[in-house]
Amino acid sequence: MTMKPKPLIRVTNLVKYFPVRLGAYGEKKATVHAVDNISFEIQAGETMGLVGESGCGKSTAGFSLLQLHRPSSGKCYYRDVDLTSLSQNQLRPYRQKIQIIFQDPYSTLNPRMTIGAAISEPILAHRLADRKTVMSRVITLLNDVGLSEKAVNRYPHEFSGGQRQRICIARALACDPEFIVCDEPISALDVSIQAQIINLLQDLQEKYNLTYLFIAHDLSVVRHISNRVGVMYLGRMAEMGEKEMIFAEPKHPYTQALLSAVPVPNPHIEKNRQRQVLSGDVPSAIEPPSGCHFHPRCPVAFDDCKIVAPAWRRIEDGRWVACHKV
Amino acid sequence: MNGVLLEVKDLKTRFRSRGGLVYAVNGVSFHVKRGETLGVVGESGCGKSVTMLSLLRLLPPAARVESGSALFEGQDLLKMNYRQIQKVRGGKIGLIFQDPMTSFNPVLTIGDQVGEALIYHRHASKEVALKRAIELLQLVGIPDPEQRIKDFPHQFSGGMRQRAMIAMALACEPDLIIADEPTTALDVTIQAQIVELVKGLRDRLGVAIIWITHDLSLVAGLADRIMVMYAGMIVEEAKTEEIFDDPRHPYTLGLLSALPAFQAEKKVRRLASIPGSPPDLRAQPISCPFYLRCSYSIDRCCLEMPALQTVRNGKENDHRIACFVNIHERSTVA
Repeated sequence: MTMKPKPLIRVTNLVKYFPVRLGAYGEKKATVHAVDNISFEIQAGETMGLVGESGCGKSTAGFSLLQLHRPSSGKCYYRDVDLTSLSQNQLRPYRQKIQIIFQDPYSTLNPRMTIGAAISEPILAHRLADRKTVMSRVITLLNDVGLSEKAVNRYPHEFSGGQRQRICIARALACDPEFIVCDEPISALDVSIQAQIINLLQDLQEKYNLTYLFIAHDLSVVRHISNRVGVMYLGRMAEMGEKEMIFAEPKHPYTQALLSAVPVPNPHIEKNRQRQVLSGDVPSAIEPPSGCHFHPRCPVAFDDCKIVAPAWRRIEDGRWVACHKV
Repeated sequence: MNGVLLEVKDLKTRFRSRGGLVYAVNGVSFHVKRGETLGVVGESGCGKSVTMLSLLRLLPPAARVESGSALFEGQDLLKMNYRQIQKVRGGKIGLIFQDPMTSFNPVLTIGDQVGEALIYHRHASKEVALKRAIELLQLVGIPDPEQRIKDFPHQFSGGMRQRAMIAMALACEPDLIIADEPTTALDVTIQAQIVELVKGLRDRLGVAIIWITHDLSLVAGLADRIMVMYAGMIVEEAKTEEIFDDPRHPYTLGLLSALPAFQAEKKVRRLASIPGSPPDLRAQPISCPFYLRCSYSIDRCCLEMPALQTVRNGKENDHRIACFVNIHERSTVA
């Protein structure tokens, strides 16, 4: 076996539970099993896609990785540093290098801050420039994301959704990050604008050698942008591998159903297609099903699936799956 | 069977706002035949929902239908008085809204709400309405309907609520169902369930459907005919196969090529994108609304508004576009 380069990001056995209170008076305590023991690695310069339905824990995984939520257990390494062991103060220098782009560009920009102020804030906070020199940096960033320098003195409400997302990207880039978590960065945007933002993210990746964790529920977008893909279901990873393998030969029955559910923009294929439609809904993460979380909806489930959770195992180089039937 | 069920002519809807009039719908004409599924595709703010709300006169107070007619079974929906239009809503025309979370009354049971239309339109007794509600919930695939009619909306999941809403729309056996982005709020596996359900019901009950969506791929397998809207206008209308195989309007072409799935086979690094963003609808439309973003535009596009014209006669449906340029000729020249 060839020696692999060291991964930029390494997540091992990450768990995040949220305590909640149920009932009209909050008299019942419960736990949301948002992320339930997932592990993955991301190499420098690659894009790892994370897909799954709403509530499957993909955003929580991204947030926990950045220590925006402190994980319940498990480790998150950036290079060789275990981020989970650091205090908020100790984390600060690493925050420059690991950034995030959020889903909704309407609520993530402060309406009372000009664009110039919003983008220069992280630069000043990390003391990467002083007040005199910061504006030239802001203008470079705005040009990088395809906005004119006139934007500096304007307010967020003057921009459209696509433009606001460009501003959020500029802000994430402000401190020269190496790794960016893109949390559904295009789902709030219109179709014709989505393609612009995807192209921009790819151009920036080439220019600055960025590494992305791209979280999305839209499989065709993930297929386009990622090198590797992880599929999540109810807090656990179902399958992970090279993009081509996942899409050409999905092994896990959930991945198969997910791919089959996505409509194809071709009426000749679509009108005659036999879909594998999953029955039922995604179960609650408060009381996930026993054994394999997918067994109540799985077309190939057998008795073992109800009792034993399948192990997360490597079936070939770079290909991981959690299913008894594979 | 193939008669025209709904015929809309030159519909114009405006909103009053602080910034002046908003030209939301600008002269939309289309028809729906009995039993046909029409897909209406466009980005947010293109007027697709406002068009349908105008027909049922469900517009917010700030909006007004400026002109136009909408003949439904020979009667103009836009000229009806309140009592007449109430008979149509939920009676002859069923509605399915985008957000199943907010479209139910949280303090009434699902059974009450599904059966309500029957009490109102058919003067059914409460017992009959509930019995029928059970049948309807069974029809849309809700397990254990006898028990579930006693549930309140919060006890249903998103997909179940959308099923219940479909049951509600079907209650009075309407001739037409208007579905306004019915799966946008749902996950893909649930979306697939709802699409299969609607397909099955349509084939069994022969109901006509107007399916509004922003997702071209979604209507590929569902609609007989597709209408693409942009800035309050219909820019292209044709049989579904023709829209995908031979798009004639630059906007439709742009939308299709911007789909990552469309290009997955070609392994391109960059997606084709449409530059710029949709126009501000506060300006009175005098030119082609798309010309600033269009790579095919000619001088005429910024001076005149193109009318929707037939470019190819079909056996059943004509292919119509609102564009001065023949993109096939242009692409061979350029």
